[in-house]
Amino acid sequence: MLEKKIAGYSDEISVAPGERIRFMVSCEPGVDRYQADIVRLISGDRQPDGPGYRDELLPTPVSGEYPGRTQETYCGSYAVVPDGPAFSALNDLSLQAAIFPTLPGLRRACLISKMDVDAGRGFALWTDPADGLVLQLGDGAGSLQEFALGQAFVAREWYLVSATYDAAGGEVHLSQQLLDSYALDTSSGQARHASEGTAVVACDAPLLIAAASREEARGKPVGEMIFNGRIERPVVASRVLEDSEIEALRTGPVPLDLRPDICAAWDFAHAIDTDDIIDISPNRAHGELINLPIRAVRGSNWTGDELDFNHAPEQYAAIHFLDDSLYDCEWDVDFELEVPADTSSGLYAARLTAGDQEDHITFVVRPPRNTATASLALLIPTASYMAYGNSRGGIEFGNELLANHLAVIGPHERYLNRHPEYGNSMYDNHNDGTGVCYSSRLRPLINIRPTHHWLWQLSADMHLVEWLEAQGIPFDVITDEDMHQDGVSLLERYSCVMTCSHPEYYSTNMWDAVHAYTQRGGRLMYMGGNGFYWRVAYRDDKPGAMEMRRTEDGSRSWASEPGEYYMAFTGEYGGLWWRAGRTPQSLVGNGFIAQGFDHSSYFRRTADSHDPRAAFIFEGIDDEIIGDFGLIGGGAAGLELDSASRGYGTPPHALTVATSEQHTDAYIRVNEDIGHMLLSIGGQDDPQVHADVVFFETPRGGAVFSTGSIGWSSALFHNDHDNNVSRMTRNVLDRFLDPTPLT
Amino acid sequence: MPSQYPIDPGRTDLAREFMANPMGPHSAALQRIVTRMRDTEAAGRYVLVTRVPYQEWGLAQLSGQRGVDVTLLEDQVFTSLEDAERAVFKMRWELITGTPLVLD
Repeated sequence: MLEKKIAGYSDEISVAPGERIRFMVSCEPGVDRYQADIVRLISGDRQPDGPGYRDELLPTPVSGEYPGRTQETYCGSYAVVPDGPAFSALNDLSLQAAIFPTLPGLRRACLISKMDVDAGRGFALWTDPADGLVLQLGDGAGSLQEFALGQAFVAREWYLVSATYDAAGGEVHLSQQLLDSYALDTSSGQARHASEGTAVVACDAPLLIAAASREEARGKPVGEMIFNGRIERPVVASRVLEDSEIEALRTGPVPLDLRPDICAAWDFAHAIDTDDIIDISPNRAHGELINLPIRAVRGSNWTGDELDFNHAPEQYAAIHFLDDSLYDCEWDVDFELEVPADTSSGLYAARLTAGDQEDHITFVVRPPRNTATASLALLIPTASYMAYGNSRGGIEFGNELLANHLAVIGPHERYLNRHPEYGNSMYDNHNDGTGVCYSSRLRPLINIRPTHHWLWQLSADMHLVEWLEAQGIPFDVITDEDMHQDGVSLLERYSCVMTCSHPEYYSTNMWDAVHAYTQRGGRLMYMGGNGFYWRVAYRDDKPGAMEMRRTEDGSRSWASEPGEYYMAFTGEYGGLWWRAGRTPQSLVGNGFIAQGFDHSSYFRRTADSHDPRAAFIFEGIDDEIIGDFGLIGGGAAGLELDSASRGYGTPPHALTVATSEQHTDAYIRVNEDIGHMLLSIGGQDDPQVHADVVFFETPRGGAVFSTGSIGWSSALFHNDHDNNVSRMTRNVLDRFLDPTPLT
Repeated sequence: MPSQYPIDPGRTDLAREFMANPMGPHSAALQRIVTRMRDTEAAGRYVLVTRVPYQEWGLAQLSGQRGVDVTLLEDQVFTSLEDAERAVFKMRWELITGTPLVLD
């Protein structure tokens, strides 16, 4: 049985000729060497009836054998504050924070540490599954003294925790106090201990929040024993603070009379859109967050009166740390490519092979910047690839009810499961149950591969690439990230822009660019389903990272907490674009209405299809039934379906030229379109469960054609491309490439 | 709590319908049974593990825990997805109804 043992990623997702892209590879034991080549991807689907895998070698200096090696990945989020004068005078000590542990019973986890373990210097404050708050102090002789409070924390409750050490008296005081009020509470308490001899709390190690560290890697401390949960207003002081002073430091500015004794007081309400943590004490001992803990989350003092962190940042002064979050694997580079100047735009991969092993690190070669080299652009939905990247649902749940058949687990899924450190998709939950709201492409995205047996995103989009290649139509390839950065100017160079099968995730820049394109005479072919659905955010200073909140409603695997609907990266309201007043129907004529994953169905032509305005679409097609075939589920109308709706904003003059029918009961209407819950929500009962193929003209001679179904492109290959789906697609494309205005 | 939909072990006509067309679509009455069978806890859920891509699959059970591999049931190997569905249907029928599924 094949075991996958090799995977990699690149530092860029889209590069122009002359630019550099670096590739990082990790091999499990047994893969000592591998061959790397740069290839242009032509086709990917290897199922018996499919077109198979095909590529074309791009001759580059990359081609060659490379040594296989295992590269370490350090996941989990924490903060690092460099050692500095703020901490040099420590003798007495006070530590405090408000904390919201989410997995207190898992294992010991570190809240604040500044520790030279070998020298026995420093301090660390922990949560312990049995003993609750635990303070460790160095004895100065290579060991640690440990003091425990003795009462376990309850998960998902806010506590004020503090620990003080009086060097002269040798006294340690620990306190953990539940901030909510319950009739019975056995988790709050205090404890006093006497130290043996004098503890040595000063050391030159960096200070960590939410982690401890014993070693450095890649220029920073490696976080271990990472705390799962929220931390708010951590404070380090150089004398024993009174209870009233600890309470005063929980919120608000550092009181004047305490300033001489405060080493650092970090207020996470500042700089929420960055990786910085800000010390509001005069020492300004700022720090940096590692691996994207969640910001813009409710703090202990959140009242519910304000739902937008921008309006009350002081109620969002917490950070949610996670032991499995990841931004950048930061592997060493194995090889790099300077894209040859004459490379044509396309979908490419670094193809890695070693015996029966292979991997395709996929990237895009865009045309030279500020130019187009074809009239057609294929828009690769890299935002959606990132959202789905490393989806763990297959091997963790089987998704059997969703698919209505047994799940098939391949080597890719088992490999991903062996590597929890590669992080999650935005469809997964973190180890503590929190929904994954950040993704990154600076890590192997195991299911975003052209040959993956789960035909979804890139692997499904290869059907469209294969068809374009077979049609012999020149096309440039561009990405979501290119469009986010360049705006509509990127699209305006093309007569026609074609999406892929499932462009679900859109940033504001991306939405604006597509909209402006349709309003300025551009021709858009929306070749899929459930597009333009979730709003996402990028951060200019965090390349390759993306944020999303699953708010209010929508088809989703988890839901954001109340009051956490605004994205930390940009401050924008997250969730469905519909909820921000921008419906997919208003942009492309149809929008997400139903999904199912067992059998795909077909379309039937409508009366609208005989409107003279739609004649070009059906030229040479006499069939009433369209797409009763396909490589995914056996039909062109399948997986996720979009329908037209005047009420949701479909332009009044839009033509619905075909409508799907006879979907199975595994197809269910989207929950955001359901008011009262009725029995009739499945495909056999609910007439809303259908896809619409929509066409409409846009200002200045432009037009939009929307297929309404993720499954559409899977039908293009049928009968060696000689079929009515292929013909319709080609008819539309030919007309859209014709500069003659459509109106 | 598992699904409460009862499966009548006397409805072997529905079992026959499944055996004849395990990939569906199913009649409404059969789909209710199939839905009941598929609605299990993740830990222990039957899945198919690829042995030869698109040709051969082995039955396995999910661990239900991130990072813990599936458990392979080495004696259950299939060369068609339909046969795999039939075998799992038969096992689940007996598990849920307490009655072995015997079809002529």
